[in-house]
Amino acid sequence: MSIGVEVRDLTVAYGRTVAVDHAGPTIQPGTICGLLGRNGSGKTTLLSVLAAFRRGRSGTVLVDGEDPWENQRVMAQVCLIRESGDPASDVELRDTVGLLEQLRPTFDRAFAERLLETLELDPGRTPAKLSRGKKSAFGVVVGLATRAPLTLLDEVHLGMDAPSRYAFYDTLIADYAAHPRTVVISSHLIDEVQRILEHVIILDRGRVLLDEDAETLRSRGVSVTGPTDAVDAFIDGRRVLSRRHLGRTSQVTVYGELEPAGAAAAHTAGLELGGVDLQDLFVDLTSKEAAR
Amino acid sequence: MFDGRDPIYLQIADQIRTEILSGALGAEEQVMSTTQYATTYRINPATAARAFSELVDEGTLYKRRGVGMFVAPDARDRLLAQRRDRFFADVVDPVAAEARMLGIPVADVVARLRSQADHPGKDGENR
Repeated sequence: MSIGVEVRDLTVAYGRTVAVDHAGPTIQPGTICGLLGRNGSGKTTLLSVLAAFRRGRSGTVLVDGEDPWENQRVMAQVCLIRESGDPASDVELRDTVGLLEQLRPTFDRAFAERLLETLELDPGRTPAKLSRGKKSAFGVVVGLATRAPLTLLDEVHLGMDAPSRYAFYDTLIADYAAHPRTVVISSHLIDEVQRILEHVIILDRGRVLLDEDAETLRSRGVSVTGPTDAVDAFIDGRRVLSRRHLGRTSQVTVYGELEPAGAAAAHTAGLELGGVDLQDLFVDLTSKEAAR
Repeated sequence: MFDGRDPIYLQIADQIRTEILSGALGAEEQVMSTTQYATTYRINPATAARAFSELVDEGTLYKRRGVGMFVAPDARDRLLAQRRDRFFADVVDPVAAEARMLGIPVADVVARLRSQADHPGKDGENR
């Protein structure tokens, strides 16, 4: 069971600060979608609107075809985890798990208990007594075990150590394969999550900078290396994201579809073409100096 | 793993083709499931599924409903034929170009090929 999201022209403001600015991302049902953006780009605000934690000033938000605001049917299918998942801080983890089993029809208690063990969380502890990383890990437990048709994970792995994060990725992939659902992950750890993503949305200052299939996005970033003259001739008319010079050699990152003829021309001109990983592409696309 | 400009699903498909060519995966042998593949390499299950569906479409793998995916009986022969077709363009021509740039006489390259053919190194697969 998975549900999709359609947003059109959404604007959310806090007083005079516009957090989301006429954004219109679409999330296909049943995909794992990465929501990437720099600090303050509007990721958390957008997710909060999808989960009906807050309302936009203008625009349309459709979750499973309906406005989620005060919509019981839709809300029963959405789970937003903000960092540590907002559990009651003085309640033992096992009691929170028990409560969620009562509240959430899709919650899998046995799975939650296995996850507590995998992530080395003591069910008898309260969140108040947990470290930052362990609090986040409990958010992961709640987010995954709830198995909501639309699962929104906002920076859930913040503060988790590398072994715990990898346990989270592995569990997510296996459980998603067994119980397909729509998952949105916002993260700064692009390098780690990039291959898990099927779709990528990049927010920049409240706007949607990119809304693209992950493979397409990867194939659009190309690094061109070679003699400066040849590189300059090749990049003429293309969108240049960054440049580096090393003596008479230049390396330029361009963004855009590279047609086979272009690749052949580059080869003939003695240029080397390489891939650009999502993290580098993200940095180049969202850096202040990005040539636009 | 999975670097370069090619989409990940193409790289996965290529890796499985290579395993079949090298004999690591035999005819009628079951391949890993999409989920196993996705968890092992930490990639999106849809990406793994795309690779497998490409291999099924070209006839390298076939599905047994409810059981899994298997290497087609003629997969290796067909892949060998394809790779042989591409061998000169993909492998030999770049060697010739590199040798020319470095000023290595063709005779030296040929001599090296002969000696490798007589005393194969670890990768003695090319007959």
